[in-house]
Amino acid sequence: MTTLVYLIPVALFLGALGLSGFLWALRSGQYEDLDGAAERILIDRDES
Amino acid sequence: MSCCAPGAEMALDLGGATSSLPSSQEIRLASRSLDDDLRQTDLSVPTVHCAACIQAIETALGKLDRVERARVNLSTKRVSVQWRGNEAPPIVAALELLGYPAHLFDPEIHEKDKTLSELIRAVAVAGFAAGNIMLLSVSVWSGAEGATRDLFHWVSALIAIPALAFAGGIYFRSAWNALRHGRMNMDVPIAVGVSLAYAMSLYETINHGDHAYFDASVSLLFFLLIGRTLDHVMRERARTAVNGLSRLAARGAMVLREDGSRDYLPVEEIEPGLQLLVTAGERIPVDGKIIQGSSDLDCSLVSGESTPRTVSSGETVQAGTLNLTGPLIIEATAAAKDSFLAEMVRLMEAAEGGRAHYRRIADRVSALYAPVVHLTALVTFLGWMAATGDWHQAVTIAIAVLIITCPCALGLAVPIVQVVAARRLFESGVMVKDGSAMERLAAIDTAVFDKTGTLTLGQPRLVNASSIDPAMLAIAGDMAVHSRHPFSMAIAGAAGFAAQPKLESVSEHPGFGIEATAMGSTWRLGRRGWAGWKARTAGESGYGGTVLTKDGIIVASFVFEDALRSDARAAVEQLNNARVPVEMLSGDTAAACGEVAATLGIHHFVPALLPSGKVVYIETLAKDGHKVLMVGDGLNDTPALGAAHVSIAPATAADVGRKAADFVFLRESLSAVPLALDISRKAGRLIRQNIAIAIVYNTIAVPIAILGHVTPLIAAIAMSASSLLVIGNALRLQGFAASSPETVGTRGKRSTAGALARSS
Repeated sequence: MTTLVYLIPVALFLGALGLSGFLWALRSGQYEDLDGAAERILIDRDES
Repeated sequence: MSCCAPGAEMALDLGGATSSLPSSQEIRLASRSLDDDLRQTDLSVPTVHCAACIQAIETALGKLDRVERARVNLSTKRVSVQWRGNEAPPIVAALELLGYPAHLFDPEIHEKDKTLSELIRAVAVAGFAAGNIMLLSVSVWSGAEGATRDLFHWVSALIAIPALAFAGGIYFRSAWNALRHGRMNMDVPIAVGVSLAYAMSLYETINHGDHAYFDASVSLLFFLLIGRTLDHVMRERARTAVNGLSRLAARGAMVLREDGSRDYLPVEEIEPGLQLLVTAGERIPVDGKIIQGSSDLDCSLVSGESTPRTVSSGETVQAGTLNLTGPLIIEATAAAKDSFLAEMVRLMEAAEGGRAHYRRIADRVSALYAPVVHLTALVTFLGWMAATGDWHQAVTIAIAVLIITCPCALGLAVPIVQVVAARRLFESGVMVKDGSAMERLAAIDTAVFDKTGTLTLGQPRLVNASSIDPAMLAIAGDMAVHSRHPFSMAIAGAAGFAAQPKLESVSEHPGFGIEATAMGSTWRLGRRGWAGWKARTAGESGYGGTVLTKDGIIVASFVFEDALRSDARAAVEQLNNARVPVEMLSGDTAAACGEVAATLGIHHFVPALLPSGKVVYIETLAKDGHKVLMVGDGLNDTPALGAAHVSIAPATAADVGRKAADFVFLRESLSAVPLALDISRKAGRLIRQNIAIAIVYNTIAVPIAILGHVTPLIAAIAMSASSLLVIGNALRLQGFAASSPETVGTRGKRSTAGALARSS
């Protein structure tokens, strides 16, 4: 029982962390161009 | 661009009817202001495909003057450019130079999609809650007791609150909306079931009971939201693809003021009496009268006539026709809101009838389902009250009945099949506006086609190329590239560009043809009477009588026909085999219609119809009890598209037509129509199967629930199992649609389809 008292909050906290991470990524537009992001990694950055 | 080969094909399909590049004034009109000086323009660029394309576009645009920032979105195939100043930088021209044709689209559709982000957030929250509650429930099922069980129940109750408020809100609002208007939809039993389950579980938790249904109510929401989100994503993707097509109506026009100054005004601000300059390649913005200049007009989108009309000063012109060869000065005789285009939109709105009365299968089923379920729960409650007198037990069992019958499978049964079907169609280049369109298409028993632009391409094709002296054809081809008259384009397409011998002083005479000098002779390509001024004798007169002359002597004559859309004949045959008789309505002459009908094997056609005539024809068919499919592309077809039970338009259709149609196909091939019909019918069959599965599941589960044997564990297993069964059945569509004979012809385009499906 005593272990549950801290294990459950820890589990919920980690879950909530993941959830808020996802919501943040959604809001900051990271899901708007999934294909573009995949291709952009191939572009060499200009020296400029 | 070698890496982008599949993209080029797509561009070809889309680019059939594009006019000249939008002017910088038009770009400015379509841009939106970010702050006082900065403006943003969004362009649709259907051919971007890979990292190299992104880099090429972004660096080229970034180098332009006054461009602040250019960013490519590969998923939506769009470029957004931010720029400063009063005049737009030459963005489209720069893209054209790189080999990426771009076009503007309506700015108002750029509004952020609020529904989608709300749905995705709701799915995330419901998923989080469902996962955690399920973990706690598993420990309860595996034997947690006493204070531990109560603790788990309390934690579950807490987690469920945000899920119900946030994710459930979507269902509560929709259910409330339906009830308020005295209707019933699938969301009503869902909302009732979920909230009663939560309330009962809370009561149990407070009273240290054994059974709580928090897991059932939240995972139900989670499953249903997934179906709803997929459905939305699919429709959104189709909408984006359709909106990304080039705009065919004029956005504005160059106004010539009396003091000689020029102004570019949006179409809505043009008033009768203003003088407008329409250059070759532009569309006529409003109805008007020509006061200066002569040209050829392509009326195919407006009236269905396939041959361009020669016009000169004094004649009236209709909004929406394309000016092909020479600049015109016209005087507006009507404002945009009174022009032909607006008239068509009004006719369409008046005709909108067939689909407004249509009720979706899911709604029809739930209108029966919900009362039955709620009545069963009530009877169960009364029965247990009468039998035991224990109201707590009676309520518990009645709510268990509600939970087990909650239409999880039913709520998924329809959208999942439609999502899979829409995906199959998307891969074949057919966009579906919404699920009800597929249900309606499955029910049709008559197909009505427009001729010009739908059964035919609306572009002439040179038929006698093989019987013309190749040297003459080469000269004609070199001359023809200087004109955008459809006949010229056909000749240029057949001849290719040889540049041998060299032409000098090429000039176009609007309404007549092209004149050039080469090898010391004067060559004319055009109307027989004009080009062959020395040969007045009537020779063989082909389609339009277009000839090539050398110093006035006819050296070659060209015969054209309106090219049929590829697979048109096969499509008509397949529709006939599917027991859908095909008819043809056209604004063109009887002779032109008869020829096309004979080639395609269409037995019934009506020529020379006005737009309202098409509507009347379709309404008569509908009154006789027929469910009519209308396939058309022109402005004059738009009212008919609205009047029909369901409608399909090609990507080259007029803007309003594309908006009015339920399906839009992007490829040239007409086989899209039987394919859409085939898949819609298969989807309809699967939907009925899925509903049957859901009902069978209920007839087994409900007696168990009524007898009071349902625990939360059994409810969770039963619900998941039925949902998986329904989803699995829906996925079969992917399998047997792929093996059906209709798709064999489109195999070659697989690469494009795959790329398109992946990318949006």
